[in-house]
Amino acid sequence: MYPASFDYVVPATLEEALETLGRYEDDAKVLAGGQSLIPLMKLRLAAPRVLVDINRLSGLDTLAEENGGLRIGALVRTKTCERSELLGGRWGTLGAAAPLISDPIIRNLGTVCGSLAHADPQGDWGSALLAMDAEVVARSPDGTRTIPLGELFQGPFVTSLEPTEIITEVRVPDPGPTAGGTYLKLERKVGDFATVGVAVHLSMDDGRVGRAGIALTAVGPTNLRATAAEEALAGSELTDAVIREAGRLAAEAAQPYSDTRGTAAYKRTVVRVFTERGLRAAAEAVGARPAGEAGQGGHAAAGPVTTEAALEETDRQDYFSGEETIAGVLDELEDKPGGPDGGER
Amino acid sequence: MKVTMTVNGQERSAEVEPRMLLVHYLRGPLGLTGTHIGCDTTSCGACTVLLDGTPVKSCTMFAVQAEGREITTVEGLAAAGSLHPIQEGFKEEHGLQCGFCTPGMLLASKALLEENPDPSEEEIRWALSGNLCRCTGYQNIVNAVQWTARKLQSDTAPTGASQ
Amino acid sequence: MTEQHTAEHWLNRSVKRKEDDRFLQGRGNYVDDINLPGMLHMSILRSPVAHARINSIDTSAAAALPGVVAVVTGELLAQHNLAWMPTLSGDTQAVLATDKVRMQGQEVACVIAEDPYIAHDALELIEVDYDPLPVVVTPQQSLEQGAPVIRDDKEDKQDNRVYHWEAGDAEATDRAFEQADRVVEFSTFYPRCHPAPMETCGCVADVNPVTGKATIYMTSQAPHAHRTVFALVAGLPEHQIQIISPDIGGGFGNKVPIYPGYVVATAASLLIGRPVKWIEDRTGNLISTGFARDFYMKGQLALRDDGKMLGLRVNMLSDQGYAYADAQPSKLKAGLFHIVTGSYDIPAAHVVTDGAYTNKAPGGVAYRCSFRVTEASFFIERLVQTAAYELGIDPAELRRRNFIKPEQFPYTSATGFVYDSGNYEPALDKALEMLGYEDLKAEQERARSEGKLIGIGLATFTEVVGAGPSKDYDILGLKMFDSAELRVHPTGKAILKIGVQTQGQGHETTFAQIVANELGIPPQDILVQHGDTDNTPYGLGTYASRSTPTAGAATAMVSRKLRDKARELAAHLLEVAPEDLEWAGDRFQVKGAPDRQTTIQEAAFAAYTNHPQGMEAGLEGVTYYDPPNMTYPFGAYAVAVEVDRGTGQWKVRRMVAVDDCGVRINPMIVEGQIMGGLTEGFAMAAMELITFDELGNCIGSNFSDYLLPTSWETPRFELGETVTPSPHHPIGAKGVGESATVGSPAAFVNAVVDALAHVGVRELEMPIGPDKVWKALAEAGLAE
Repeated sequence: MYPASFDYVVPATLEEALETLGRYEDDAKVLAGGQSLIPLMKLRLAAPRVLVDINRLSGLDTLAEENGGLRIGALVRTKTCERSELLGGRWGTLGAAAPLISDPIIRNLGTVCGSLAHADPQGDWGSALLAMDAEVVARSPDGTRTIPLGELFQGPFVTSLEPTEIITEVRVPDPGPTAGGTYLKLERKVGDFATVGVAVHLSMDDGRVGRAGIALTAVGPTNLRATAAEEALAGSELTDAVIREAGRLAAEAAQPYSDTRGTAAYKRTVVRVFTERGLRAAAEAVGARPAGEAGQGGHAAAGPVTTEAALEETDRQDYFSGEETIAGVLDELEDKPGGPDGGER
Repeated sequence: MKVTMTVNGQERSAEVEPRMLLVHYLRGPLGLTGTHIGCDTTSCGACTVLLDGTPVKSCTMFAVQAEGREITTVEGLAAAGSLHPIQEGFKEEHGLQCGFCTPGMLLASKALLEENPDPSEEEIRWALSGNLCRCTGYQNIVNAVQWTARKLQSDTAPTGASQ
Repeated sequence: MTEQHTAEHWLNRSVKRKEDDRFLQGRGNYVDDINLPGMLHMSILRSPVAHARINSIDTSAAAALPGVVAVVTGELLAQHNLAWMPTLSGDTQAVLATDKVRMQGQEVACVIAEDPYIAHDALELIEVDYDPLPVVVTPQQSLEQGAPVIRDDKEDKQDNRVYHWEAGDAEATDRAFEQADRVVEFSTFYPRCHPAPMETCGCVADVNPVTGKATIYMTSQAPHAHRTVFALVAGLPEHQIQIISPDIGGGFGNKVPIYPGYVVATAASLLIGRPVKWIEDRTGNLISTGFARDFYMKGQLALRDDGKMLGLRVNMLSDQGYAYADAQPSKLKAGLFHIVTGSYDIPAAHVVTDGAYTNKAPGGVAYRCSFRVTEASFFIERLVQTAAYELGIDPAELRRRNFIKPEQFPYTSATGFVYDSGNYEPALDKALEMLGYEDLKAEQERARSEGKLIGIGLATFTEVVGAGPSKDYDILGLKMFDSAELRVHPTGKAILKIGVQTQGQGHETTFAQIVANELGIPPQDILVQHGDTDNTPYGLGTYASRSTPTAGAATAMVSRKLRDKARELAAHLLEVAPEDLEWAGDRFQVKGAPDRQTTIQEAAFAAYTNHPQGMEAGLEGVTYYDPPNMTYPFGAYAVAVEVDRGTGQWKVRRMVAVDDCGVRINPMIVEGQIMGGLTEGFAMAAMELITFDELGNCIGSNFSDYLLPTSWETPRFELGETVTPSPHHPIGAKGVGESATVGSPAAFVNAVVDALAHVGVRELEMPIGPDKVWKALAEAGLAE
C-alpha cells in the first residue's frame, strides 16, 4: 500500500519538534514507533501533511524507577518493557501486559507513550497504566503539564492533548513496597486487538488491600476504570467472597458492545472472570493468598443470576455499530467530535 | 530527499520521496527482491528485515527513517551461493514450501537465536508469532530453529565437548 | 556369479528439496520481483458498495495527474469487446463494471501510471456516481420470489438460480429410510473462508508492439488453461501468448480462476505498448478473488438400532457470489459434493444441490479442496458424530461398523464413485492408539466430574482427487488429462517438462524423484521445468490434489517410454537381444551375466553418438496421461481439546493425523503438505471467516479481520501413516495436498462439540470462537 505524500521533519531537539508542531498544528503528526500511524497512512485513512520524527531525540528513552515511582519515556519501546527485569514485582501489571501487545516484531518499534496518545480503547497499555494510576507528561511550546490517564482518554482515538503537545513520558506513582498485579487479555490470535483485557493492580497495606486498580480494555469508549470494584477492594482481605464481588462490580462497569468478537454479554462475563482470576493471581503475587489457586477459576462464582442476566442483556451499541473493519471504524469516528486523532506519538 | 544507510554491509544511498516505505526502497531502487510484501496491515511479517539487528516490518517504516542505520535483508544472511546456519536449518527440516514468508522467518529466527541461543519450542513459537506462514503449519519452522540452535552450539562448543 | 546390482531407491525417500536454495537466499523469482524496462504500474479502483447502478465515472482529474498514463474503464473495454470475460465454469464475469456493480470490491476502473504511488494517488481522484440497489447477501434471500435479479445483464435470466443438480437414487433412498429404526438429522453451515496465500495475485503483462506477442508473467496455478482462455477472450492467436508462472507464493486454489486485473493489465499493455505490472493488495485479494465454501447443508441418515447405516439424504445450497466462476468440472455442477457418503458403506443416497447468485465475490471451490469434497467430508463426519450421540454408540465404533471393508474395493458408492482402494480400519486403529483414546475417554469422564471439560473428536475421511478421467472431467471442454515431456541429454542428465505448476508443493524435487525411480538418473541431475506455456506440454495445472495422480503418472509413463528405448540402445551396445536384458534400477544387465551392463547414462550417450542404424536418434518423449479413475486417499484424525469454562476458549491438547495417500514419493514433502493442511483446517475451525453485513459490506477484508493463525495458536501435530497403493496409478501414489484440510475441520469441531455433548450440545458453527463456546456453556449452565 502506498501512503500519500508528506513533508518529513527530523528535529534535532524537543524544542524544535514542538516548534514544528506549533507551526502545523492539526496538519502534523508525531512519528515515534509508527506502528499505528503508518498502517493508517498506508490505507490512506490518515494523511498528515507533515511528519515530525522524534526518534532521534535524546533523553526520551528512560525506563527507570525514581523516588519509588516509574518513568517511561516517549521512545521506550514495548519490547524494552517486555525484556525489562524491572517490570516484575510491584510493576507486575506492566510486565504482564507488555508481551501481550500486538506481535513480537511490532513490539520492537511500538512505544508505550505512542499507544497512549493513540487512545485506542482496545489498547492494552492504557488499561495497564490506568490501573496503576499513571499520568502522562505533555510538553508544548507553552510549557509542561501532567494529565492523569483518566483525563487523557476522551473517547475512541480522542485525547485531551492539544495538537501542539507531545507526550514526553508517562509516570507511574509509587505503589508502595508490597504491590503487584497482572494483565489478562482475550485475543483471537497473536496480533489481534483485545476482545477483552483486564488490568489488575494491588497495593497491600498490612495484609489488606491498600489500593486496588482495575482497568478494562475494549469494553468502553476508552480504557475504563472499574471504580466500584476498586473501592470495594480497598481495605478488604482478599477472600473468595471479596474477589467475586469485585468481579461482579467490574463486569457492571464494563460498557461492551456486540461485534464479531462476541456479544456484549460474553464480553461482560469475561471481564468478571478475568477480574477474579487477575485478583487471585495478584493476591498470590503479593503473598495475600497461597500460591496455586489462581488457575482454579473459582467455579462456584458462576452465579446463575449473573449468567442469565448477561445472556438477556441487549446489545449495546452506544458508540460503535460493531463494524469491524478499520475503514468502518474510522468512518464512524469521522462523525464524532474530535475525529480520528489517532496519530502515533 | 537523500537517504543513506548500510544495507547488508554496504553503504547505499538514493534520492527518495519521504513517503517511500522501506520495503519499497529495498525492493525497488536497491533491487533486493528477497524481502516480500504480503499484506496491507502490518500483520504478516513477510517484509521483516533487521534494523541494527532487531527485526522490524519494513512495510511499516519509511526509508528515510533508516538514515544512518544498518539494514540486513535475506540477501545479506550469507555470501551468495552459501548458506547461513539458519538457512541450512530451514532446508534440513523442510521449514519452507512456497518460500514467500521464508525471508522474514529467517531474519526473525536469526534475531531470536542471537538473543536466546537455546530456545524452547514455546519460546520459538512466541518469537515467530509476528510472521505468518500459510504452507508449513510452523512445526517444521520450529524444528528448523532448533536444528540451527543445536548446530550453532556444537560449532561453538569447545573441542572435546560432547555433541 | 556376481551379486545382483542394487540401485538406489528414490520412492519413499525424503530427498532435500532442490528448490530450497534460491528461496532461502532471497533469489526466488515471484511475479512482483519481475521488472521490465519501461514498465508501468496499474492500480484498481473497486466498488465501495455491493449493488448499484453506475450513473457516471469521471476520470478526468485522475488522467490529468502527472505520471498517469491512462485510466481504463469498462466503457473503454467495451469498445474492444472486453468488458466481460468467460469464467472457468462457463459463466461470465465483468472485467470492469459497465452497467452495474454487483459486489463490494468489484473492479470499476484501473489507473496505469509510471509509479505505483502515483497510480494510487490517482485512484482518489476518480469520481463514480453510484445509484444503490437492493442487496442480496444470502442464497436463501436470493432464491426467494421477487428477489432482485442480480444477473440482469443476461437477457434470458429471470431469477438468481445458478444450477440445480442431483446425484444418487431418490427412490432407493426413500425405501432405505422406510427400513430404518432411527433417522438422525443434522444441518450446518460451512462459512465463507479464503485461501489467502501469502503472495497475492498479480501479473506483468508485456505485449511486444512489434511482434504482437504477449508475454504474461502471472500468478497462475494453471498457465495452459489460462492461455487458452486468454486466446478466446482477446481473440489473440494462441501461439502469440506466452504465460509464464514463475515462483508462486502459495495458491491453495486462489490462483486458478482468471481475474479482471490480469485482463486489464494485458489489454493496457497492448494498447499502450509498454509492460504493465499489476500487484493486488491484500484487501483486493480477500474481497474479490476466489473464496471457498459458503455452503448450507442439511441431511438425514437412516440407521438401524445397531448402528448400520442404510441411507443418506442431503440437500445443499451454495452461495456462488455474482458469477459462477471457479474452475469446475463442467458436468458436475456441485463439484464432487456427492462423495458425501464418505468412508461408509451406505447402500442408498440422494443428494440435491442448488447454487444461487448473491451480491458477493464469485468463487466457492478454492482453498485446498478437490471441488467441494471438503464440504462433503465435513458434513458426513459431523453427521456421523451426531448419530453416535443419538444412538449411544461410541463414535469410533459407529464408524468401524460402517466402514467400506477392504474386500469391497473397488467400491461403487451410492452416488456413482468407484473408490480405487482403501483400508480404513487400520488407519483408525492407529490414530486411536496414538491418541490413547480409551485412556482419554476415561480422563474425560473424571474431568467432567471435577467440573473440567475435555473433548475428543474424530474424522475418518475419504477424499477423491486427481481429476480426472476425460470421459467425465473437463473444464470449459478442456479434458483434464495431464502431461510430461522428458529429454535425456547425451551426458545422462535430463530435463522434465510438466503441465502442472508448483506453488510450494515441491514439484521440482518430487517429479525428479519419479524420473529417478524409473530411470535411475539421480534427482540432482534432472531439471524440472514448469509454468511456461511455450516450453512445457499442455496440462490443466495444479489444484484439487491432481499433480501426482495425473502429471506424476505421466512422468512415470514417459520415463518408461524412454526406458524401453534405452533397452534397445543397451542391447545394441551389448550386442544382445533386448529381451536378454533385465532392468536393475539404473542399468540394464544381461540375464545370467550381470557383469555385462549398460547404465542409463551410457544408453543416453549412445542415443546421440552410437545409435543403431534405422533407430531414431535422441532419447526423449512426451506422454499425455488420461487417468483411468480418480484416486481416493483417506485418513483418520483424532483431536483432544480442553475448554475454559470462564472464557469459552478451547485449546488443542493433542492432534493426531494418520494419512494414507498410497505410495509416498517424498515423505518429508508429504508430511509438510499434511501439516500445512492441518493448520488451515484448524484455522477454518477456529478463526477464518469472511462474512457480510446486510448491505453486503465485507467483514474480513484484511488480515486484522480475516484471521490467520500464527505459530502460537497452531497446535503441534502428531503424524502417522498407512500405505494402501492406488491400483491404477503407475507408482501407486494418490494425491495428498488437500487431505488434511478436507479431513481436519470436522475433527476439530467434533472435539469441541464433544466437550459439551454430555449436556446436549450438537452443533457449533465454524469458526468456533470462544464466544460461541461460552454461549453454549452458559445455556447449559456450565459457564464459570
